[in-house]
Amino acid sequence: MRKTFLEGLLHRPLTEAPPVLDAADLAALATELDAVAQRRLGHSLSIREVDAGSCNGCELEVNALGNAFYDLERFGLRFVASPRHADVLLVTGPVTKNMREALRRTWVATPGPKWVVAAGDCAVDGGMFADSYACIGAVSEAIPVDLRIPGCPPSPTQLLKGLLRLLTPAR
Amino acid sequence: MVTLSELQALGQPVSAHRPWPRTLLTAPTWRHVADRLAAGELTLLGLWGEPATMHMAVLGAGERPAVAVFSIDCPDGRFPSIGQVHAPAIRLERAARDLFGLDPVGLSDARPWLDHGAWGIARPLASPPGEVGQARPYEFLPVEGDDLHEIPVGPVHAGIIEPGHFRFTADGETVVRLEARLGYTHKGQEALLRGADLDRAAKLAGRVSGDSTVAYALAFARAVEAALEIEVPARAVWLRALMAELERIANHFGDIGGVCNDAAFSIMLAHCGILRERVLRAAAGCFGHRLMMDRIVPGGVATDLDADGVALLRALLKELRLRFPPLVALYDNTASLQDRTASTGIVHPDLARRFGAGGHVGRASGRDFDARRNLGYPPYDTLSFEVPVLNEGDVNARVWIRIREIEQSLGLIEQILDRLPDGPVCVAVAERGAEEPREGIAIVEAFRGDVLAWLRIGADGRIARCHLRDASWFQWPLVEAAVEGNIVADFPLCNKSFNCSYSGHDL
Repeated sequence: MRKTFLEGLLHRPLTEAPPVLDAADLAALATELDAVAQRRLGHSLSIREVDAGSCNGCELEVNALGNAFYDLERFGLRFVASPRHADVLLVTGPVTKNMREALRRTWVATPGPKWVVAAGDCAVDGGMFADSYACIGAVSEAIPVDLRIPGCPPSPTQLLKGLLRLLTPAR
Repeated sequence: MVTLSELQALGQPVSAHRPWPRTLLTAPTWRHVADRLAAGELTLLGLWGEPATMHMAVLGAGERPAVAVFSIDCPDGRFPSIGQVHAPAIRLERAARDLFGLDPVGLSDARPWLDHGAWGIARPLASPPGEVGQARPYEFLPVEGDDLHEIPVGPVHAGIIEPGHFRFTADGETVVRLEARLGYTHKGQEALLRGADLDRAAKLAGRVSGDSTVAYALAFARAVEAALEIEVPARAVWLRALMAELERIANHFGDIGGVCNDAAFSIMLAHCGILRERVLRAAAGCFGHRLMMDRIVPGGVATDLDADGVALLRALLKELRLRFPPLVALYDNTASLQDRTASTGIVHPDLARRFGAGGHVGRASGRDFDARRNLGYPPYDTLSFEVPVLNEGDVNARVWIRIREIEQSLGLIEQILDRLPDGPVCVAVAERGAEEPREGIAIVEAFRGDVLAWLRIGADGRIARCHLRDASWFQWPLVEAAVEGNIVADFPLCNKSFNCSYSGHDL
């Protein structure tokens, strides 16, 4: 183990520069955040992830945000275990009817002020599951949504851009 | 010991079912198969419904086992329960009852499984679907005894994982019983597949369980190709295996890191996370998508591999072969970590065999089965690899199986790159619509075990019925068994060492 640690000290970090948001990114994110919200969000955010019926593809990429390349926590963004500790709910999946109540209760359990990010095509508009008897579709059908990150699944870079948008004042 | 051909002789063969035969049975012979399953002479591969028919897929015995599909007509909506004598069938029968309204006669468990009373319709796949009845609270199995307490967990969990509910009954710190309740991610996949054209159906199949998108797309494509008798170009066959092995090692890296992290040894997660990311980036560089979603299609593959891609993968192999062995040594030499994983969460080999548990769950508990080898689908029939098997059945064994499988997969990727044939990568499927309905079945080895795809293509060329069975169906019940007698705090560790799919199970 000592060797592994030593090697870690001798090598440059793998962590990459933060992605730059261009106009196309901002348009794609379809945010409803206003300047007031952003002032209140400040520079540190606790995020509670809720899988509302995704295929787990989105979860894989959300998990990847924690690896050495993206290192989410350097931006003051961190995932927390309870909605009661969260500022932001990051919701994936086409909101299955079997998860609607759990999602609603998680939202209620999150103290205000709070924001909701719908991540992935399913969460944005139901994706391929929009017409199913078992799904509601867009997350916004169940709880108010402030920011949308499309993709199937969104790559860690896309997710990072979306989450950084929460911290960047509107231009 | 009964053979599948003896059982097939007892029924009526069904035409246009490929590659393995389907046989229509009467109720007594259906029950006879159930008894043979219960006796351990056969392994249940799947059990699924249609509006007035039940089907089951079974695996014969031996090193090169045969596969057979048996069906029973149930015009009155009833069929003899397999689950009453063979426990692995119970949840599948409860699911078939929820979706099709088919009643497994003799099954004592009358509770729904996937239907939580929230769909607004009952029996959504029956024709016609039913009205919603009175919603009743779900009754967990009763547990009695002094000083026992219940701990409900989920469906929203503390980590970034899928939703499911776990009901622990504990005596102090020790778990006396765990009962899982699943179905939260039920998306109505099978209803969406019905009537879908092959393009859309392939995309849906690729989203049953995102971590196994390659395996599902492969299983679906192979079932379509079996049904329509389509020969896939050689290069496509090899590229498919390449993608499948990349998916396998990416997931195994993630799991090894995740298990160690759940034992509070986060340095392994950090390093395995880097290796996983390198695999995903190479996949994106070669095939244009990190998870390789929608890259395998009926008829072949959607993206060819160019010379740059080959170079990328060779560099990846070199990097992984350099970085992985020190991590394996770190795992092996850290006594405090082994203290958590060794002898924790044991699955008894008898149970793994009875449930036909696939993947690392089965192979860590002595079940020597890998669809790549035992069913020998191409190109694995011409590749050289070993299937690691251990008998301990604990968390540690499930980690070691993954380590050994990564090593084998690296060898497989190298062989594929060395021998990749030239030529086209796809044949057109669309215009080869069937004149009469045709049926196909395929079984492929995903990273967590065998995935089964069964489908019928109608005369219009669309999917008439498609059933996709995840390996998790036969692994989730073993999580409950493995956790018994362990402390509550070791549940995340045990659960991660299985890493069953919620979405793949809930459909």
